Amino acid sequence: MRYTPPGQPGSIVSVQTHYENFIGGKWLPPASGKYRVDLSPATAAPICEVPHSSPEDVEHALDAAHAAAPAWGEASAAHRAEVLNAVADAIEAHREELAVAESWENGKPVRETLAADIPLAADHFRYFAAAARARESTTTEIDSQTIAYHFHEPLGVVGQIIPFNFPLLMAAWKLAPALAAGNASVLKPASPTPWSILKLAEVIGEILPPGVLNIVNGPGGEIGKALATSPRIAKVAFTGETVTGRLIMQYAAQNIIPVTLELGGKSPNIFFADVMTADDEFLDKAVEGLVLYAFNKGEVCTCPSRALIQESMYDEFMARCLDRIAAIRQGDPMDTETMIGPQVSAQQLEKVSSYVDIGRAEGAEVLTGGHRAHMEGEFADGYFYEPTVLKGHNKMRVFQEEIFGPVLAVTTFSDEAEALSIANDTLYGLGAGVWTRDGSQAFRMGRAIKAGRVWINCYHQYPAGAAFGGYKVSGIGRETHQMMLDHYSQTKNLLVSYDPKAMGFF
Amino acid sequence: MTGTEDGRRVVTTPAARQAIAALAARGGPVMFVLSGGCCGGTAPMCFRQGEFITGAGDLLLAEIGRCPFYVDVRLYQAWGEPVLTLDVEPGFPEGFSLPAGDGMHFVVRGQPAQCPAPGSEGPASRA
Repeated sequence: MRYTPPGQPGSIVSVQTHYENFIGGKWLPPASGKYRVDLSPATAAPICEVPHSSPEDVEHALDAAHAAAPAWGEASAAHRAEVLNAVADAIEAHREELAVAESWENGKPVRETLAADIPLAADHFRYFAAAARARESTTTEIDSQTIAYHFHEPLGVVGQIIPFNFPLLMAAWKLAPALAAGNASVLKPASPTPWSILKLAEVIGEILPPGVLNIVNGPGGEIGKALATSPRIAKVAFTGETVTGRLIMQYAAQNIIPVTLELGGKSPNIFFADVMTADDEFLDKAVEGLVLYAFNKGEVCTCPSRALIQESMYDEFMARCLDRIAAIRQGDPMDTETMIGPQVSAQQLEKVSSYVDIGRAEGAEVLTGGHRAHMEGEFADGYFYEPTVLKGHNKMRVFQEEIFGPVLAVTTFSDEAEALSIANDTLYGLGAGVWTRDGSQAFRMGRAIKAGRVWINCYHQYPAGAAFGGYKVSGIGRETHQMMLDHYSQTKNLLVSYDPKAMGFF
Repeated sequence: MTGTEDGRRVVTTPAARQAIAALAARGGPVMFVLSGGCCGGTAPMCFRQGEFITGAGDLLLAEIGRCPFYVDVRLYQAWGEPVLTLDVEPGFPEGFSLPAGDGMHFVVRGQPAQCPAPGSEGPASRA
């Protein structure tokens, strides 16, 4: 079926001509009175106008967050969990509207937002509602009359800067643990995707106490910086590229506050020859596992963008994969049969195209794709790029840098040692995949790959409860797991003596 | 280290030079730091000079007028030490970067220099 795009007659998603910032539970215009146009990447046509905010708006949001944080932080875990579960219920009740809005703004096909982004966003709120309730303080019996009590306390007001690739799910990844731990948030969406999160605020805004969630849209160089440098935040969380990650750490150093960062990867997806020892469901799954590089048009920090294939099965395995890639349906993100939509912006499209040219110049062989995809009718101006496979070697630039598009770099290896060596020959360490029928080999490889998440015989699954985060330059911290509550908490230790006797020093 | 015939490792287009001059005229000299990784990776971030603290791992690739251009040396090596072209295009600046004028951002393009193949294999062997 096909959903009608937001704003068109008959669409399930209403669109106003312009939107405001969400601050203190209210929709407030930017202090500057300036707005800018938000485009759909599928058509390059405007969706609406969003605030072009200034640092003054960040201050207003921080005022609202500071007003809300004490009561929210002191509320019982049971109460906060009740609110977060209500948020999850509301997301689920509006699953289709949110999925359609996010797809139209980001370009990802609605089959992905319906089946993954939106249900997962709801589930992360439920997971952290449960985790916060089940979380226990600890006591240590120092000796029979001296007890150390450890209490979790919220940090207060936190700054959260989210990326464009999963506008709602990345917001949920960051908001759910922060709010569950009792903090209030000032959140800055990514510049290419400012609107769908405002649609989320329409759905969940009234469930949360005013000021617990505040959303300010505007340029990173002005409001992102104003938020990250503010002495009024107690922590900053960021997903994006490495230089901004370093800059955020630098600003955090000036205020001596913690950061969590997720900065991308160049994830290897390793296929051992025994996947082809039978023509069965598992082989079919492994073929899909390679083609998952095109999931979300490759705009995923953990995109399995380097396929390492054991050379003894390369020809046969790659032939099957290329057949599967040829069957990818590209086009209208509103069509539930579409598998890949447009890149999020013209500049991302340009970057992808430029990388493929670099790959060609480096001597990589284009096995499929390699061009901008031309669509008909209303999608003629959309930012579509063909699913592409480049064959080469790991020293090429297309094997070393994150392209953030549907571009797979494929190479071969002879044995396990070489596979491991190639897998770890990268600056990054976010994700990896290992496909084998040999459980011992899977375990060895999984432990030896220097990445925070190694998928064994699966890929691109992001369940709440499995820790996600990077080694090396891929970042600091682990999201989507209850350990993230610690990243959003202060520890209060009460060291109590029940002994009536003096220490005896004086 | 490779470079153009005159040894330059960053070539700037007239539009980029114009944008840099306009930024400098408004608030003093700027600096560039090439980013890698997620989302807005492979982008030259433009900051006011001194905004970004560089370290021993940051290579001063070029001075564009009075504006230094840095890159993480590991990233640059991983890219095969290409000559980079700094240009401007329509679009949002990435991260906390300054824009290259209204509605524009800085971009780099780069052709690879020498890309060593592992062992004796050519890059396109065994298709």
